[in-house]
Amino acid sequence: MTTLDTNDPAADPEVQTSVFAASPNEHKAHTVQQVFKIGFLAVTLLLLIPAAAILGVLVFKGAPGLTWEFLTTKPTDNGAAGGISTALVGTVWMTGVALAFSLPLGVAAAIYLSEYARDNWLTRTINVAIVNLAGVPSIVHALFGIGAFVYFLEFGKSVLAAGCTLAVMTLPVVIVSTRESMQAVPQAFRDACWNMGATRWQTIWKVVLPNSGSGILTGLILVVCRAVGETAPIMFTGAVFFRQFYASGLFDKSMALSYHLFSVSMHVKDVPEHVPYTVALTLILVVLSMNAVAIYFRMKLRGKKKW
Amino acid sequence: MNLWYGDFQALFDVNLDIRAGLVTAMIGPSGCGKSTLLRSVNRINERLGYVRTTGTIKVYGEDIYAETSSAIQVRRNIGMVFQRPNPLPLSVRNNVLFGHRLHRTRSYNSAEEDEIVEQALRQVLLWDRVKDKLGTKATTLSLEEQQKLCIARLLPTKPQLLLMDEQCSALDPEATAAVEELIWELRGKYSILIVTHNMAQARRASDECVFMLMGKVVEHSATEKMFVSPEQRETSDYIEGRFG
Repeated sequence: MTTLDTNDPAADPEVQTSVFAASPNEHKAHTVQQVFKIGFLAVTLLLLIPAAAILGVLVFKGAPGLTWEFLTTKPTDNGAAGGISTALVGTVWMTGVALAFSLPLGVAAAIYLSEYARDNWLTRTINVAIVNLAGVPSIVHALFGIGAFVYFLEFGKSVLAAGCTLAVMTLPVVIVSTRESMQAVPQAFRDACWNMGATRWQTIWKVVLPNSGSGILTGLILVVCRAVGETAPIMFTGAVFFRQFYASGLFDKSMALSYHLFSVSMHVKDVPEHVPYTVALTLILVVLSMNAVAIYFRMKLRGKKKW
Repeated sequence: MNLWYGDFQALFDVNLDIRAGLVTAMIGPSGCGKSTLLRSVNRINERLGYVRTTGTIKVYGEDIYAETSSAIQVRRNIGMVFQRPNPLPLSVRNNVLFGHRLHRTRSYNSAEEDEIVEQALRQVLLWDRVKDKLGTKATTLSLEEQQKLCIARLLPTKPQLLLMDEQCSALDPEATAAVEELIWELRGKYSILIVTHNMAQARRASDECVFMLMGKVVEHSATEKMFVSPEQRETSDYIEGRFG
């Protein structure tokens, strides 16, 4: 028998330690492990501070001004007085347009990539392009939007152009989340369908899509979050600084919440101190409430799923 | 029949004549090509873009690889049962009707559909156990029930040949016995081709046996004959457990 450890009781009959007692090395390793655990916990807690602080300040300073009247009256004095109704409605319009384009296009692309595409250079190129598109700064999307939608397609500076720009920006998010959830559908289901003589499309329509609803909803949540919050892509393509009318149609301009927040914080004179906070709080509440709805449906879908 | 996966040839000049109405078992060590052959019989191998075949497979006298044969119709008439039961995440009723709905040429009212469901489930000896829970999800059934359901859902399209790829290997001994009994029950109404690793099962539950090795058919004879007096040396070695 070989002695592998100096603590082996056979090597030192004087010390009656158990074979399974902790060695000094182990004590040290355990201390190090504790230090790291506490360190990681501390960093994680630190990250909570900004999140809590932002929400806290917004609620503290902004909540008193957040009245039904504030939400439903039109702004006056370049936004220094009155409410934010035109901006709120404009944001809903633009987000709606963005969703109307990016969801169907994104889901269609995800279906192709997940169910039809073979692993070849074209597919790999498309995947790289999607990743890159997701990494393009929003101001670049804004410039693209001006060139492509405002001038080339002659939408003018409009809700439609702004929505399309947001759609292009959010497409990769929809594609990736939908594709992932389609690939999480077990291959065995596809085998079962194909072996009964189903075409690919029948398989997708009857089995794959109904079981990837949660991914599509995740995509929808992310689109809404970004579309509501982004300022750069819309300020050149469809959002205006101040306007007392609702957009008359898709080809009309409109105010938008995010841009309005930017202007009342930076440019407009004599704005009461609470107004920017209230606008910011409204923006966050819009995102949170839309998320809550989508998360509720996603949970319902997940609860149904079982295999 | 020859078949290549990319550059790798998996089947060499396989010539088989499967007799109608009987249960034929394919045995052989892992990687000998029996699953590949099975998958060629309903052209599901074509889903993999890198598979290439030459030769013909004739089912009831018709070449399924002929230009006039459509893969969809081939699969409709030649159903496959898998190693792990794979019911779709739908209700029991909709699972049975799935294949039927893909291929129907007119609309059926719900009474007609009920009739189809009952017939199919009766044929697989499952009706009495699930008739009160046709609306529940098929994935909540026991494995044995799931596997029987997977067989049942092939029947409404009136297939001529059923392929089974180790259909019992995910089941416990009792369920295995029940599924074997069912296969014996279906014998005569359908031709059945099974792949199995389990020699005892091949011996118990088949009329004819095919022994494959390295992509070739070594021997094809009546089951009793193969297990009692095999013609080829490799067959007897394998059956007696000297390799594989």
